[in-house]
Amino acid sequence: MTSPRATQILSDVIDGAPDGAELPQRLVVACALGVPVTWAGLALVTEHGPGAMLAATDGPAAVLDELQFTLGEGPCIDSYATGRPVLHPDLKRSGPGRWPGFAMGALQAGVQAAFAFPLRVGAIKFGTLDLYRDEVGALSDDSLREALFFADAATQLLLHLHAEHPPDALDPGWLSKGANRSEVHQATGMISVQAGVGLREALLLLRARAFAAERSVAAVARDVVERVLRFDSDIGHAPGSPQGGAAW
Amino acid sequence: MAEEHRLAQVFVELADTLVAEFDVMEFLQVLVERCVELLHVDAAGLLLADHRGTLQAMTSSIESVRSLELFELQHDEGPCLDCFATGQPITNVDLSQSAERWPVFAPAALESGFRMCHAIPMRLRQQVIGALNLFHTRVEPFSEDDIAIGQAMADIATIGLLNERAVRERDVLATQLEGALDSRVIIEQAKGVIAERAGISVLEAFTLMRMHARSSNRPLSGVALAVVNGTLEASSIRRT
Repeated sequence: MTSPRATQILSDVIDGAPDGAELPQRLVVACALGVPVTWAGLALVTEHGPGAMLAATDGPAAVLDELQFTLGEGPCIDSYATGRPVLHPDLKRSGPGRWPGFAMGALQAGVQAAFAFPLRVGAIKFGTLDLYRDEVGALSDDSLREALFFADAATQLLLHLHAEHPPDALDPGWLSKGANRSEVHQATGMISVQAGVGLREALLLLRARAFAAERSVAAVARDVVERVLRFDSDIGHAPGSPQGGAAW
Repeated sequence: MAEEHRLAQVFVELADTLVAEFDVMEFLQVLVERCVELLHVDAAGLLLADHRGTLQAMTSSIESVRSLELFELQHDEGPCLDCFATGQPITNVDLSQSAERWPVFAPAALESGFRMCHAIPMRLRQQVIGALNLFHTRVEPFSEDDIAIGQAMADIATIGLLNERAVRERDVLATQLEGALDSRVIIEQAKGVIAERAGISVLEAFTLMRMHARSSNRPLSGVALAVVNGTLEASSIRRT
């Protein structure tokens, strides 16, 4: 989740991006080049499951993801449901039996291999990174690893974009620093109970607090786990909080 | 003493074959041959379930055992099938006394020259993936030690198969590993939820969650997911 490689990918996507550039779009383009695959897309989860395209390279990726939302079947849907990568290096062989509608559409569009990677932090699901190739064949070890790093980077990027008041400047180092420490996940669970919100909101609260205090997410998480800091929904009930007063 | 020494040698030999270049069929073949030697049986064979859960005769020390196993499969009866179905070992089967239990298999086994047999399950957690069959031409019951060695050999066979599967199907390994990594995060999140609801430390929350998983016979990751999804109340974990 916080590997140097994922951080590097984020930096490359962010650095030198012109003002107002679509970061998700830059990420899928970089991903298609880096893994490499022919086409790449980034699908977002709605409350009903996967259901919105955020970005896609030119070519059939966008249409294929939309096709999956419409049919309710395909690698992206399975990856979302299972929380695991779904790897189909030979779509003609393995696709039709599993997803008759999607496989037909994908093969007609020239897709020969499809790979979907879940974007999630434990039980918090953000979407999927969907990769397609116009030739049959498994991802090499290096390509698989690279795809997983891109998925990690995409998860961090989506977390950032979900924030209610995203910081103007995006610092990849801060974004990924200690983001996968146990305390962060434990604190997320605790905050969800304290503030009466879902895990996703809890994680966003934790990150916003850390950013505002110019501290790392891991450090703030440790305060939560050690019960030095609370995120109560009742403003003014934050006993022992070093910042004092309201938790958010 | 000499026997124990040989047992250790065989375990080392089998462990060695699991490293690097290894062929699963070769491995299983060595394994059944060592079973014959270590357990003083006259023949051994191995049945495995395929991806559809259908049993397949994989390997045997002599051809007559393979024929018998195929016979068992064809006629859908025999100690090995019962062992596979129940996941329990079936030991010290006196074939001359078994015509009632296995009316087709028992006479066929006697006809092949065997008098006693045993079937040991190959288990992978909850799942039974196959069975190890051992045959004597005389009535020579197994001791408790023999049964333990037989089970150890069956367990080694299971480990070897997993290894093969992982090597051949890197993608399977990759997805399983990703799933395992994700489960870890969910468990951490669930620890936080329970700790906050119960007013305890995350360490205590973990202990409670594990106790609950064990007493309710559910996987820890499943319990954790139920906690974070709210389908399992933290209070019901506290009670256990």
